Amino acid sequence: MSNFNFFLFGIYPFIALSVFFIGCWIRYDREPYSWKADSSQLLDQKGFWVASNMFHIGIIFILGGHFVGLLTPESIYHHFISSPDKQLLAMVSGGFFGVICLIGLVMLIKRRLNNPRVRATSRRSDIVVLFMLLIQLVLGLLTIVASMGHLDGSVMILLATWTQSIATFQGVQAAEAIESVNFIYKLHILVGLTLIMIFPFTRLVHVISVPVKYFARSYQLVRQR
Amino acid sequence: MKVRSQIGMVLNLDKCIGCHTCSITCKNVWTSREGVEYAWFNNVETKPGIGYPKEWENQDKWNGGWERKSNGDIQPRIGGKYRVLASIFANPDMPEIDDYYEPFDYDYQHLHTAPVVEHQPTARPRSVITGKRMEKIEWGPNWEEILGTEFEKRSKDKNFDNMQKNMYGEFENTFMMYLPRLCEHCLNPACVASCPSGAIYKREEDGIVLIDQEKCRGWRMCISGCPYKKIYYNWKSGKSEKCIFCYPRIEAGMPTVCSETCVGRIRYLGVLLYDADKIKEVASTASETDLYEKQLEVFLDPFDPAVIEQARKDGVADSVIQAAQKSPVYKMAMDWKLALPLHPEYRTLPMVWYIPALSPIQSAVEAGTLGKAGVIPDVKSLRIPVKYLANLLTAGDEAPVVTALERMLAMRAYKRAENVEGVEDLEVLEQAGLTKKQADEMYRYLAIANYEDRYVIPSGHREMNVPEAYGEKSGCGFTFGNGCSDGQNGVNMFGGKKISQRNVIKTVQVED
Repeated sequence: MSNFNFFLFGIYPFIALSVFFIGCWIRYDREPYSWKADSSQLLDQKGFWVASNMFHIGIIFILGGHFVGLLTPESIYHHFISSPDKQLLAMVSGGFFGVICLIGLVMLIKRRLNNPRVRATSRRSDIVVLFMLLIQLVLGLLTIVASMGHLDGSVMILLATWTQSIATFQGVQAAEAIESVNFIYKLHILVGLTLIMIFPFTRLVHVISVPVKYFARSYQLVRQR
Repeated sequence: MKVRSQIGMVLNLDKCIGCHTCSITCKNVWTSREGVEYAWFNNVETKPGIGYPKEWENQDKWNGGWERKSNGDIQPRIGGKYRVLASIFANPDMPEIDDYYEPFDYDYQHLHTAPVVEHQPTARPRSVITGKRMEKIEWGPNWEEILGTEFEKRSKDKNFDNMQKNMYGEFENTFMMYLPRLCEHCLNPACVASCPSGAIYKREEDGIVLIDQEKCRGWRMCISGCPYKKIYYNWKSGKSEKCIFCYPRIEAGMPTVCSETCVGRIRYLGVLLYDADKIKEVASTASETDLYEKQLEVFLDPFDPAVIEQARKDGVADSVIQAAQKSPVYKMAMDWKLALPLHPEYRTLPMVWYIPALSPIQSAVEAGTLGKAGVIPDVKSLRIPVKYLANLLTAGDEAPVVTALERMLAMRAYKRAENVEGVEDLEVLEQAGLTKKQADEMYRYLAIANYEDRYVIPSGHREMNVPEAYGEKSGCGFTFGNGCSDGQNGVNMFGGKKISQRNVIKTVQVED
């Protein structure tokens, strides 16, 4: 195993995750006024409903799929589904929602760059995030093509091993697991880690603020002195 | 019974001259910042008209306010909680900036730098969002000023519902009135109910509805929830902002800026005590036309010993109870029934009320067709149709509007008889259901409108906020954003103490 491989897949994940957690913590604690979804819907709504919904629904399913698919240990999911079937399920559902997300994302990028109002009020990070997501999404869809060459689920197990090793702080094991997989998966992971690293410094922080508490509270809020 | 107090406002539309001083002073103080140039916490519209943002009263279009479900329960008209959360990616009920207007500034510098040319140089508008030239201004907070734009467009005004509106487009029958608008600081605010983050709240001690800027995540549902469209999205900060009822001034016992600067003396501020336990029941009233009467039931008599006792128990300060007893708002809304809520059918139980405007009866007099109902001119012959006012203020029920207008006419007739003819015309008061004492007081409050009568505001007892008031001394004043704010939880990750507070040194008495 090369040192470079070990750095990228055994150490860099922890750097990215550390920056993510500490960055979010500091921002939430010190800069609560900056914590927001940063919507530009007010400035332009043409095609926005379709674009934003497609993008968000797509990406939520994809993220959920990654979490469940990569973090569920083999010993558990084998009771429900075999590895080759699971890979096929991931390819089909991921591909479906990936395409939905891609269409929405391209529409949103087009809007952000072409609408004079949205463009003028965009920060550089808004545009950077959109393009990084686009790269990541295209890479993700390309991995589906790569996966067609090996439908036995073996690569998927290696990727899951990497994820679970990172989650259990075993950097060496993680880097070893990932070493032999196709270049495209590795690139997808690296861009993903970078997205996680820049997360606290962009508008992406609104992802954490999913207002689930809304269901639990009463309609009216009165604050006492 | 749970007694709470609220600073309510009454606007006497009968005296509003549409000078926009309230809007301008408000703008200068609160919304001259980048991102909210387009936002007017207070604006004055000419009615009939579709207003700002366009057609704000058309809830078939914007879905603001509450709706009563078949089971008798109420929920925001934009939908229940699932529907609200399903809309946060793209809010389908949200106005676009063009429904307000694209904010602009003029190229004033061009007037200084233009070369010598045949024609006088002009300062042309430029968008403050994009910085680009704007060839045409399309809308604004008072675009229909004094019946600007053609009747065809203005007649989309929802207050024309159930009226033969075409005749009011004719020159002879045209009518107008001003409507100054601000946040209603509702008892049952739909904005609070529709905020997914729980950032909007009503203050218990004075009823002011505020948005916690640090908790707001910019989901934009409040903009749709508010039927008065008085919550604005700051496109620069990505957070919503609204009228704060000048709470720093109210806390100091001073009137809001819009009230203070009103040259027509049309605004009144006073305390209303209300029963918080009744809000939901009243807001769920089956018939829309009953909502006005039902809302009156929420308000409590500040002289009733039982109310006073309960108010004290619920932590209402004595100064607030005393202010409630002298409240001009209580007099106008409850004693005289002159002031009426703006669009009670939205079920938000608004707390900024309006005295309907009288209007000329001259044309009817000249035509010799002036109807008289007893000694008072028939309010049906007023130029502004009663039905229009009723659609605006009482969900279409004409009776309360007629009562209010008749009482104002009666008070005038009574004072005219007293001053011009030197007789005490009690008959006219009787017909309007007024006593002499009431009429004299009405005259004092409406015609003289002394500063002390218009604004009866108890200073906020902010010292009650903290157990150790001394600890707050020389701490942080008003902040915007992070500054020395105390954040959400008081945690400082680097281990320091909270910077908005000083540690009070405990002293102990040393015994000899």
